[in-house]
Amino acid sequence: MAQTRRTMLIDPLVDNNPITLQVLGICSALAVTSSLQVALVMTIAVTLVTAFASMFISIIRNQIPGSIRIIVQMIIIASLVILVDQVLKAYAFEISKTLSVFVGLIITNCIVMGRAEAFAMKNPPLDSFIDGVGNGLGYGLILMLVGFFRELFGSGSLFGVTILETVNNGGWYVPNGMLLLPPSAFFIIGLIIWAFRSWKPQQVEEREYKIQQVEAH
Amino acid sequence: MEAYISLAVKAIFVENLALSFFLGMCTFIAVSKKISTAIGLGISVMVVQSITVPANNLILTYLLAPGALSWAGFDNVDLTFLGLISYIGVIAALVQILEMVLDKYFPPLYNALGVFLPLITVNCAILGGSLFMVERGYNFGESVTYGVSSGFGWALAITAMAGVREKLKYSDIPDGLQGLGITFITAGLMAMAFMSFSGVKL
Repeated sequence: MAQTRRTMLIDPLVDNNPITLQVLGICSALAVTSSLQVALVMTIAVTLVTAFASMFISIIRNQIPGSIRIIVQMIIIASLVILVDQVLKAYAFEISKTLSVFVGLIITNCIVMGRAEAFAMKNPPLDSFIDGVGNGLGYGLILMLVGFFRELFGSGSLFGVTILETVNNGGWYVPNGMLLLPPSAFFIIGLIIWAFRSWKPQQVEEREYKIQQVEAH
Repeated sequence: MEAYISLAVKAIFVENLALSFFLGMCTFIAVSKKISTAIGLGISVMVVQSITVPANNLILTYLLAPGALSWAGFDNVDLTFLGLISYIGVIAALVQILEMVLDKYFPPLYNALGVFLPLITVNCAILGGSLFMVERGYNFGESVTYGVSSGFGWALAITAMAGVREKLKYSDIPDGLQGLGITFITAGLMAMAFMSFSGVKL
């Protein structure tokens, strides 16, 4: 094993981030980032599910027949998600209402499946668990970043605590309502990707067409 | 009838699965490089969606909902907590069956859609459609309408996206935005355009 456990945990945060580089798990993520609290709950849920799903799949990886592995993985993931869903409904009903279908959609979140398929099927349980935590946190990092910008500038608060006093409450800040709407999440993620790739230029994708410099005659 | 039409218009434009709920984003971003593949995937999603949403509706009404098992003699059994696992099971099984049926009876269609079908099991748009159906409590007729039209909306979005991206590859984009970054921003602009339908009332 070339990778140490530490790099396994740190690597997915920036260098191999599931969202900005592997393009996994964007599906259910963006709709839940309009406030930080919800984003945090989603991060915790996804990290737990990814970590435990990877661990359980890794434990039985030598017993799973290749042809039905997807279904086996699905069932493990779905059972874990049901657990998370029930816990949320019992202890955080308000948040579970806001998350609505997106808790269920963790099942089809490509991060969970992707890590199970790419890592847990080939590695021992503890490594898979750490890899799952790392990827869940990498996903959470983006989620929290997006949530930070959307909540701060969209409603002038963080975690529900007012930071910028809005005009409606007698303050000075005119909230940017656009940031609470879905399209803004796309823009913010696009810009985050731009920032990440300017920081780590090796992540830049190859151009399909280059602009040719033509010599002047 | 009008209720169904307004539900369909709402599912296609206003509450487009891809652009306003971000469902099926992974495939939406990954498979939208060429128009022809995007159309193929779009049609497969539409077909699968039109079958799975009503099928899951039947499962919910006759097996899972509180008291639904009264025909079998169990009057107060509530199995809704098994919802998630049964929906995904139904989806996985239906996709598999659809693949076999297409292979046997419609080989040309199978050749066109074959590669995309396995991908669809893990497409959030499909499971999302079923979950929205449950959450909003659609009846059977409504769930058929919702399945067909939300699938169509997704197909429309990915086809439009592929069209934009085919042109976009010739443009001079800053290095860091190349590829994924600009795709997100394009999707954002498209989502804004789709939002302008939200004032439409039928």
